[in-house]
Amino acid sequence: MLKAMLGEAWQAMGANRLRTLLTMLGMVIGVGSVVLMLAIGQGAQYAVAQTISTMGSNLYILISGSTSAGGLRSGGGGGPTLTVADAQAIAELDGVANVAPVHQGTQQLVYGANNWSATVVGTTPPYLDARAWTIVSGYPFGDSDVRSATRVALIGQTAAENLFGNEDPLGKTIRIRQSPFVIIGVLGRKGQNLDGRDQDDTLLIPLTTAQRKVFGTPFAGSVRLIMVQATSPEAMPVVEKSMTALLRQRHRLREGQDNDFFLRNLAAAADSAAETTRVMSMLLGAIASVSLLVGGIGIMNIMLVSVTERTREIGIRMAIGARERDILAQFLLEALMISIAGCLIGLLLGIGGALLTNALSDMVIVISGGSVLIAFAVAAGIGIFFGYYPARRAAALDPIEALRHQ
Amino acid sequence: MVAAIIRTVGLGKSYPTAAGVFPALRGVDLEIAAGEFVAVMGPSGSGKSTFMNLLGCLDTPSCGDYFLVARNVAHLDRDELAALRNRCLGFVFQGFNLLPRMTLEDNVALPLVYAAIGRDERRARARRELGRVGLGDYAGSRPSQISGGQQQRVAIARALINSPQLILADEPTGNLDSQTSEEIMALFAELNGEGITVVLVTHEPDIAAYAGRQVRFRDGLLVSDQPTPRGTRAPC
Repeated sequence: MLKAMLGEAWQAMGANRLRTLLTMLGMVIGVGSVVLMLAIGQGAQYAVAQTISTMGSNLYILISGSTSAGGLRSGGGGGPTLTVADAQAIAELDGVANVAPVHQGTQQLVYGANNWSATVVGTTPPYLDARAWTIVSGYPFGDSDVRSATRVALIGQTAAENLFGNEDPLGKTIRIRQSPFVIIGVLGRKGQNLDGRDQDDTLLIPLTTAQRKVFGTPFAGSVRLIMVQATSPEAMPVVEKSMTALLRQRHRLREGQDNDFFLRNLAAAADSAAETTRVMSMLLGAIASVSLLVGGIGIMNIMLVSVTERTREIGIRMAIGARERDILAQFLLEALMISIAGCLIGLLLGIGGALLTNALSDMVIVISGGSVLIAFAVAAGIGIFFGYYPARRAAALDPIEALRHQ
Repeated sequence: MVAAIIRTVGLGKSYPTAAGVFPALRGVDLEIAAGEFVAVMGPSGSGKSTFMNLLGCLDTPSCGDYFLVARNVAHLDRDELAALRNRCLGFVFQGFNLLPRMTLEDNVALPLVYAAIGRDERRARARRELGRVGLGDYAGSRPSQISGGQQQRVAIARALINSPQLILADEPTGNLDSQTSEEIMALFAELNGEGITVVLVTHEPDIAAYAGRQVRFRDGLLVSDQPTPRGTRAPC
């Protein structure tokens, strides 16, 4: 019975090929654009998630704050308000996993005849853990290197490529402001951060070495940044509170006085970036869904025309014993076949379009089985939803009236 | 006395019109025995088509009762009537009413689709019925490729496919020339000879002459019911 009906629906679709194709086109475009938009949206989400994972998780950055002297106010990092001792005190707080004071700036690196400017980061060993940064060859510097201000360095991929070309940087000596530094390790690749800055164009050296040999600082022990990593996302609010209280107490700030440091929540920044892309991909999907809806209305329209045109056929079928549900099933099946065939073609086009976008623009594209499944289910749903009314009309026809119809 | 295959009691049908309720059929009592060949005659508007639609279970009466094979079918719902049309009777129309997109074989087999019969059996039975009406070689043709007379034979084959006891025909020769009409009527007479009850509507006396009994309608009433006079009956 079902096989016979499928055959008949196929015949009916074939009887007016152009019209069937045009009706299908609505579904093709709808499903195709939904699949393409979801692929682009999910690709963007994936790319952002990748970037966020390179920053390190549950991070706070403390920036030494503004000083105000005689009405002249300086911005973040302007005053030497944070110290290494602050960092050590924060490390004792509950819920804190890693603390790394940071003193960084751009410096010219020299190797033989090559030179290259990169971000030089003076810090302590926990920095690598906080940023979830791996070492691909060599080994990291330790606390003793920080204590004795040794001239050792870990080099990032981009800086290494520009300075050493194909040479292995390990064990080589570079110069920063005439001071020689031995490369003891090469950092793993991280790519761009959320601002689009290349995180691999960098050199890590012990904090004390940076302060004494590279940047110089008028106040011994002061740092511009302290990176603080909480043990978990849940611990972050507690850490934020206790850290602020601790620093206010250590800096002897009175009630009502402004903080002399800034607190940046990198997790919140990451969340908002992720949220933005999520909303964007939902928006893309929603806009594409509108075309699916339009395609569905197109199917309903054509099915209504078809029912009117085939009124006599319906009458004949009823006269020889078709029940209401037989007629209903026949027209529903036809609508379903049109929408599913349109959906299949749309899927192919959508996936093809996504692959083409990927090939032409380097954009990250993610085609998930879920989005394909959703598109398919929605197409079937649309076939049934928009096919039901015309099919119901056909099934409710009076056999005598229908037979009389010319 | 052979058992009645059709018995109507006070069968009536009214249609609502702008001018009020129009009684198309005003209480008809008629009994047709199994194996009879009956011609229903009367001018247009006499109610004979309405009567045929009721006999064919295409419509439900406004009043009265209709016993088909001793079962009162006057108050059945649409699906029950559809099942009766499918299994108990065959209908032949003036305009043939074949589906143009389908092959003759599929046209003949269509009632079996609604009787939920498998593909192979549908095929075998459709070919057998096509052979019975002399069109065994045309199974794969389409209705547009054959003549009107042949189309009507296909329609008769379709009416026969579920082996009904009763065939109803509404002016089956109305669209055919006299030569072809005679062939179609001969086919009906042959089927009647095999024991199938045939009721047909016509307004041509020489077509009605094939029947053994002629009933006449006028203004929604049965006005005469008599056997076809001896000597005027067409030879079979």
